[in-house]
Amino acid sequence: MKKLINDPKSVVAESVQGFGLAHADLVTINEDPIYVTRKDAPVAGKVGLVSGGGSGHEPLHAGYVGRGMLDAAVPGAVFTSPTPDQILPATLAVNSGAGVVHIVKNYTGDVLNFETAAELAEAEGVSVRTVLVNDDVAVEDSLYTAGRRGVGGTVLVEKIAGAAAERGDGLDAVAAIGERVNANVRTMGVALSACTVPHAGQPSFDLADDEIEIGIGIHGEPGRHRIPMENADNITNRLLEPVLADLKVSSGDKVLLFVNGMGGTPLSELYIVYRRAVQVLADAGATVERSLVGNYITALEMQGCSISVLRLDEELTELWDAPVHTPALRWGM
Amino acid sequence: MVLDANWAVKWLTLCAQAMAEHRVELIELDRAIGDSDHGENMDRGFQAVLAKLGESTPETPGAALKMTAMTLMSKVGGAAGPLYGTAFLRAATALGDSAEIDPAAWAAALAAARDGIVARGKAEPGDKTMVDAWTPAVDAARAAADGGSTDVLGVLVAAAEAAEAGAVSTDPMVARKGRASYLGERSAGHRDPGAVSSALILRAAVGAAA
Repeated sequence: MKKLINDPKSVVAESVQGFGLAHADLVTINEDPIYVTRKDAPVAGKVGLVSGGGSGHEPLHAGYVGRGMLDAAVPGAVFTSPTPDQILPATLAVNSGAGVVHIVKNYTGDVLNFETAAELAEAEGVSVRTVLVNDDVAVEDSLYTAGRRGVGGTVLVEKIAGAAAERGDGLDAVAAIGERVNANVRTMGVALSACTVPHAGQPSFDLADDEIEIGIGIHGEPGRHRIPMENADNITNRLLEPVLADLKVSSGDKVLLFVNGMGGTPLSELYIVYRRAVQVLADAGATVERSLVGNYITALEMQGCSISVLRLDEELTELWDAPVHTPALRWGM
Repeated sequence: MVLDANWAVKWLTLCAQAMAEHRVELIELDRAIGDSDHGENMDRGFQAVLAKLGESTPETPGAALKMTAMTLMSKVGGAAGPLYGTAFLRAATALGDSAEIDPAAWAAALAAARDGIVARGKAEPGDKTMVDAWTPAVDAARAAADGGSTDVLGVLVAAAEAAEAGAVSTDPMVARKGRASYLGERSAGHRDPGAVSSALILRAAVGAAA
């Protein structure tokens, strides 16, 4: 597998350095330990938002640091959660005194490392609330697994909770908004090909040319079912069915439809999926009020996509529309 | 043979050597049922432990294990960082500041480590995790230390062999915790990488005493 890198060991450091140079007007990079903060952090009186996780999901999370979204992002090694010695200083750096919300994707490693960092931050007098994102309906039996994973919905939680913090909501209110988004969003993904972690040097799983994996996460781990390749409309139906069933989407619902690329699928194909998804939602009586289409939470160069549906209410819509200015998401300012 | 600070330093050095030697094997095991990072993370973590040992020499086995705990927690990441960090920290606490470890103390340290892993990771025996290596190791160490045995090498060997058998026992299991649990039935037929790295650590303890 060819990769545009210098050394597998320096992938994250060099990528974050480049990111900092490209977006020096918006973010500040701390190189050791690695974390990224909003240029004007800490913002006086504002609740700080910190997220993080393994690298390889770009633009998540550092791409969402900026006004109206995250105050800090903490990148781990590729597909490996960051460590408390990164998360703690990032948390302290963005605390204005109003407290900090950790947005954590539900993976064993992320949960354990953020939990430790939150305890240490509390010991230093910083109030921390944690919003756990677990929107992945592919995990059917959460009793006998580590639970549903945090996937596409994470981007929506970060945007909407970020807007709540920006308008001046308090610590508990920001966390409650994040939890409300998580409670109202469901996601399902598909892989057409695997991805290759730089230090591993070969694909994370083996998939034949005529096979696809349904129900993948974002770490190159295999999914729940392997089936023969189908056309875009059929795959879209297959992804949306469990999403709509689990979210109990009914006639009259207003939703945000998010079709996310996994890193190796062209935008043109994502729009083909989006087109079909709108039809399926219309058949269910739901109206697509807002949309997001593109590569926003990826798994390196994996081919495939995920579809997220977020049930909107007036306040969530307003917070979604609120101005945001980050390297990867910008509107209204 | 006495299990003192020198032994502990040699043990940790051999752990680093074992993780470097088995890096690719652990990545491969993790590639099958996880996300291909376990070998890389364990190698990076124990290389950092080696670097720390080069900076200062711990005075007791407990001090060596505590330093290891803090280093793994800050360098490994993923689930393995907090889990091994907690294991080494609980073992260090169990050993206190005693200068030497006798068989009963080793069994108690392993039990504390295992309890720490269970407390953090919430996994039970049979869930296809490192607990399936640690639990038989604790049982075997306790049995070997029973009745006030003074055979320190014997208790180290018993724990290492039981951990290795425990790692093999994960092959047919269906994962219920950690990244592999998302595979459901498809996780059967693969060995758990965390159980394998746990067995490597306990085998290195034997090597340091030989």
